[in-house]
Amino acid sequence: MIEVKHLYKSFDGNEVLKDISIRFEKGQTNLIIGRSGSGKTVLIKSILGLFDVDRGEIWYDDRNFLTISHKERKRMRQEIGMVFQGGALFDSSSVEGNVRFPLDMFTRMSSKEKQERVEFCLEHVNIEKQAFKLYPSEISGGMQKRVAIARAIALNPKYLFCDEPNSGLDPETSTVIDQLIQALTREFQMTTIINTHDMNSVIEIGELVLFISKGEKEWVGNKDQILHSGSKKLDDFIFANKLYAQIKKGT
Amino acid sequence: MLRLVFAKPERNRLYIRQLFHEIDNLGVNSVGIVIIISVFIGGIMTIQFAYALMNPLYPSYLIGLATRDTLLLEFSSTMLALIMAGKIGSNITSEIGSMRVTEQIDSLEIMGVNSASYLILPKIIAVVAIFPFLFILSVFFGILGGLVTGPITGTITVPEFVDGIKTLFVPYYITFSIIKSLFFGFLVASVPAYFGYYVQGGALEVGKASTKAVVNTNILILFFDLILTRLLLTV
Repeated sequence: MIEVKHLYKSFDGNEVLKDISIRFEKGQTNLIIGRSGSGKTVLIKSILGLFDVDRGEIWYDDRNFLTISHKERKRMRQEIGMVFQGGALFDSSSVEGNVRFPLDMFTRMSSKEKQERVEFCLEHVNIEKQAFKLYPSEISGGMQKRVAIARAIALNPKYLFCDEPNSGLDPETSTVIDQLIQALTREFQMTTIINTHDMNSVIEIGELVLFISKGEKEWVGNKDQILHSGSKKLDDFIFANKLYAQIKKGT
Repeated sequence: MLRLVFAKPERNRLYIRQLFHEIDNLGVNSVGIVIIISVFIGGIMTIQFAYALMNPLYPSYLIGLATRDTLLLEFSSTMLALIMAGKIGSNITSEIGSMRVTEQIDSLEIMGVNSASYLILPKIIAVVAIFPFLFILSVFFGILGGLVTGPITGTITVPEFVDGIKTLFVPYYITFSIIKSLFFGFLVASVPAYFGYYVQGGALEVGKASTKAVVNTNILILFFDLILTRLLLTV
């Protein structure tokens, strides 16, 4: 579980996050949605500790992330997996090198155990063995995202963060990635937070959806409630897409 | 940044692997260009010194002596460092800068890896370690360039040139230049790494950072050259 309490963050006096409080449960896919510039990336990066927040609390289960020691925070990072928007794979390492990296850095596994773990993770995200030796520049965008997911789960994390995992992907591949993240979240009982503005993802896997507008929490619910939220800002966001407007009207 | 760079590594084995990779990438891959530049500069200097010392009152071995001392004191340490700042420095800035803008550095940080140390420390150690070897290589091939060019162009014979190489040799010049090359090695790795690590934006900013890094490294090299020459060659 990850819980955020009364979180505030500003840049040069400009408040980007205002009094955000939310609880993300484990074993379900938690989505943060909002327009570009609404503050969702700042929220996810604040939770990850990449930005120092002005005030508030961030709890990872029973640990307050903002008050624990630097050493403890560093150790905790090994419980966190992150999938970046562009994949952020290491260009100089092969597919399997990327997945092995966290194992090399933080475990005392034997080479055989590491190789088994690498294969387990890559097979879990449906990467075929022929691709193991390829470099990130030699594989497709969808495959890069899957490798990034494999790397993120290599250390068996308790918390998984995904920053716009579908950006730049076609609808079919996006759905595959969404379903993959949801399946892994359930299988490994991770607390997963996904930052997206893809409505298809919301409808597909939105077990908990937080809608942020101008840095403020506007609405919280799930995929079944979202089309009838009663929030005008959320409606404006969703029904900018005519298809969803027609779905709501039942046409 | 240096405090982060010199922090205790998370896993020594990985850093050592990275160090060998950097020695190969930054050091061994520079050997070719060092040899080519040194041979040509050695040859050009020989011709220029021959032209400048045409007066029959000057003994011809002075050409070899001047070529040797110029290579030892300035070219193979300082000039080579300026050239390497362009080659190695821009490579370091663009590599680290690209990693920054594609979130690879954030990815390391989130894993709990000290990215500054992991990415920069092996580069600094590799360049500092390889620079004295590049200096020695440059002196050797510079002299060889002069030795070959002199007789070919008819400016000096081989025995005269060799005479010049052996005359009034000051071994301390080698120590002096190796000390300088250690300093310059540190600058050539650390300054571009700084510019790459803190770059913000996209590909355009990485390019600009590379240019800034090379310019700043060059200025610092010349500044430290002045300081070190004053400190180490006091009459």
